[in-house]
Amino acid sequence: MRTLRTRLAPTWAVASIPVYSIVLAFAVAAIVIIVSSAFTASGFDPLLPFAAYGRLLAGSFLSGNAIANTLVSAAPLMFGGLAVGLGLKAGLFNIGVAGQFLVGAFAAAVTGASLASAPTLVAMPLAMLAGAAGGAAYGFIPGYLKARTGAHEVVTTIMLNSAAVLLLTWAVNDLVRAPGFTFPRTGEIGHSALPVLLGRNLHLGIVFAVVTIFVIRWILNRTTLGFEIRTVGTNPNAARYAGMRPVLITALTMTISGLLAGLAGAIQMLGVIGFYAPGITASVGFDSIAVALLGRSDPIGILFAAILFGAFRAGAPLMQIETSVPVEVIDIIQALVILFLAADLIVRRVFRVRAPKVEIVEMATVTGSWGGTPPTSSAG
Amino acid sequence: MSEKSPVLEMRGVTKRFPTGTLANDAIDLDLGAGEIHALLGENGAGKSTLMNVLYGLVTPDEGEIRINGAPVTIQGPADAIARGIGMVHQHFMLVPVLTVAENVVLGQEITRGGQILDMRAAERRIRELASGLGFAVDPGARIDELSLGQQQRVEILKAIYRGARILVLDEPTAVLTPQETREIFGVLRRLVESGTSIIFISHKLDEVLEIADRVTVIRRGKVVGTRKPAETNENELAELMVGRAVSLSVDRGQSHPGDVILEVVGLRATDDRRHEACQGVDLTVRAGEIVGIAGVGGNGQDELVECIVGLRKPTAGAIRVAGRDITRLSVDARRDLGMAYVPADRQRFGLVLPFRLPDNFVLTRYAEAPYAGGFGGFVRQDGPIRREADRLAKEFDVRTPSLDLPVATLSGGNQQKVVVAREFRHDLTVLTIDQPTRGLDVGSIEFIHKQVIERRDAGVAVLLVSAELDEVLDLSDRILVMYRGRIVGSFAAAEAQREKVGLLMATGESRP
Repeated sequence: MRTLRTRLAPTWAVASIPVYSIVLAFAVAAIVIIVSSAFTASGFDPLLPFAAYGRLLAGSFLSGNAIANTLVSAAPLMFGGLAVGLGLKAGLFNIGVAGQFLVGAFAAAVTGASLASAPTLVAMPLAMLAGAAGGAAYGFIPGYLKARTGAHEVVTTIMLNSAAVLLLTWAVNDLVRAPGFTFPRTGEIGHSALPVLLGRNLHLGIVFAVVTIFVIRWILNRTTLGFEIRTVGTNPNAARYAGMRPVLITALTMTISGLLAGLAGAIQMLGVIGFYAPGITASVGFDSIAVALLGRSDPIGILFAAILFGAFRAGAPLMQIETSVPVEVIDIIQALVILFLAADLIVRRVFRVRAPKVEIVEMATVTGSWGGTPPTSSAG
Repeated sequence: MSEKSPVLEMRGVTKRFPTGTLANDAIDLDLGAGEIHALLGENGAGKSTLMNVLYGLVTPDEGEIRINGAPVTIQGPADAIARGIGMVHQHFMLVPVLTVAENVVLGQEITRGGQILDMRAAERRIRELASGLGFAVDPGARIDELSLGQQQRVEILKAIYRGARILVLDEPTAVLTPQETREIFGVLRRLVESGTSIIFISHKLDEVLEIADRVTVIRRGKVVGTRKPAETNENELAELMVGRAVSLSVDRGQSHPGDVILEVVGLRATDDRRHEACQGVDLTVRAGEIVGIAGVGGNGQDELVECIVGLRKPTAGAIRVAGRDITRLSVDARRDLGMAYVPADRQRFGLVLPFRLPDNFVLTRYAEAPYAGGFGGFVRQDGPIRREADRLAKEFDVRTPSLDLPVATLSGGNQQKVVVAREFRHDLTVLTIDQPTRGLDVGSIEFIHKQVIERRDAGVAVLLVSAELDEVLDLSDRILVMYRGRIVGSFAAAEAQREKVGLLMATGESRP
């Protein structure tokens, strides 16, 4: 018992605030549900949160189908969460996952459509590669700008998100519009689609996502590149002193981050959506930020956070159908989780957790992006 | 109030930290009226905790504080100030863009007709206070235009203005030149004459003996003795502080300088604000020689050192190592030539605080074999990294419960040992050390000085920069004085007199 506790202590030190934040978010959302129930046809119902959360659980975990739906929703969030998390490790806040996701999805859709009749073993990997390359290229732009001119990545990636939406709309309309459809879209992806492994929709992309979690974890913890990324993110001065090149690492990390975001777009395209059309929303882009923060930028943490957020998406429809609690409650819970993570003082008060000796770097990067002093590398 | 009765008594003050360590263990301390009472102790001995208890920043677990014989509870700095306790912190708490007068009255402004600031009255009052203490200030000067010594006097004025009768000074001389130190001692004596009582925290033995009426030594949270300066000496105090006999003088031995290894020619460099910080510096360091650069902080030493190690690009001039021009080489290329660097600011440059000890022990060698291997040096090798960390921690006596803790959890002295252990490798050619013992206690200083001498005797060219004039004088075979971006004087160790060097540091002139 004691050994187990001492073994788990370091993990718990990292995970306690996220776990408590989730608990607190559910509790506050329950109050919202109870209060709002008074204004509905069924009337005031103090037990409604239990019913709603029960259905949420049923819709996300309590059947094979439910689990499949959860994992399918979680897979792009794993890639997206890794994209944001890796950036945070290097002291970069990549808000551009949305744009990189779209570019990756588009590249995968176009490549996939052009290889629609080739064998899956050729078409699917090439389409995935195209998605990765598209995202990487789109992540390289803010990385290069930051390295070369010091332009802050938060500003450039926000702009590039809008640029991606508009450019791709134009491209679908005027460059790669598939004939025979009433609206602008890319062609059928045919054999380029990710094979379904189980049931209706459990596609191969989920395996890719989980494998990538462990690959990134290995890179971060066991390689010199990972050490450089973490050092630059934690103390760029010490990185320069140690002979690293923060500017280079910054550009490289943004590129890898874009690559991961591109892969999120690619598996969503090749495993779920099937074609690119204007108006495809990239909610994955912003949920990824939440996933990375909830996972404390740690790949394993991101794995669990992505599954949680996937479960929200998968279970919410059943909750709405059976208890009339609208799916938007999920957005409230997600927002509250992030709120409590950012305002961890509240969580510490409520649960009496002692403050860590070492500051949480990733949150400092995010909050420092607005008005504060972010840990930037000096141009040298 | 009789002359004998203490103005302040601390009785049985005990403070236990959550980790179980006793920061203060039943400490008794009393301060007589008009007394200068020095508090001496190593880093982490509990001096700061005790003073934070007095200033209301830390609540003690046990113990009692009496002021003028009456028990008091102090719940915060405001409480302390109201009871006539003033504190001058080691790092000044002044607003740099405000004037002297504005800083002094901040929070207790003199107003006219209710809400209108009367700065003229404030300035008058400040001039009076200052002249009473024997120095002049310009109340209208901005803080960031003042020297550190002048800023410190503003801090003292601030405390006196708030009615402090008991003044606590935390390592007040750490940032001062010898001249400034002498001046501040004059101010302290005047303060005492006017009835103020002073607690003087320090770990500089000579100063304590010079200024204090009594010295109380604290070791590991306990009072180990109180002495009068007349009845003790530096050796006894050092022994009390450390708990064993310490050699205070550096046994430098004879140096045997060889060929010129490091050569700096006509070096010019700008600081971060693009002011020219180095205005044509020439210097050479030979193998087996320690060259010390003395100078008041901010005279271009930092920029010079950063140019030498590759962290800053010079605007003109050249740097050569063993005849090879390295001016344009990267930091890691210079390290490959056997150059190592102990930075002045260990937390900003030398360490990654949240990382565990092993990662910090190999921070500057992370990409070299045997610490990296496989896939062309891509994979870090935990075995060798850990073995090296084990070895260095033992050799340099780095005290930590576990190597797996973040280096942030170590004391300042142990953090410095991590940096020194890492940089003092065996294949050195040029060792640049900037403030190698800043904030360290006598035991650690002795150890690091020995290591520096050992490297010198092994034929390393050592360049030492230090704000501690004594350190430069004790360690260096040759002493250069830097003033406003230039080398203004050069002395062989034997002919470098403290006064001469100090004067040159302060004025750039060899005659007053």
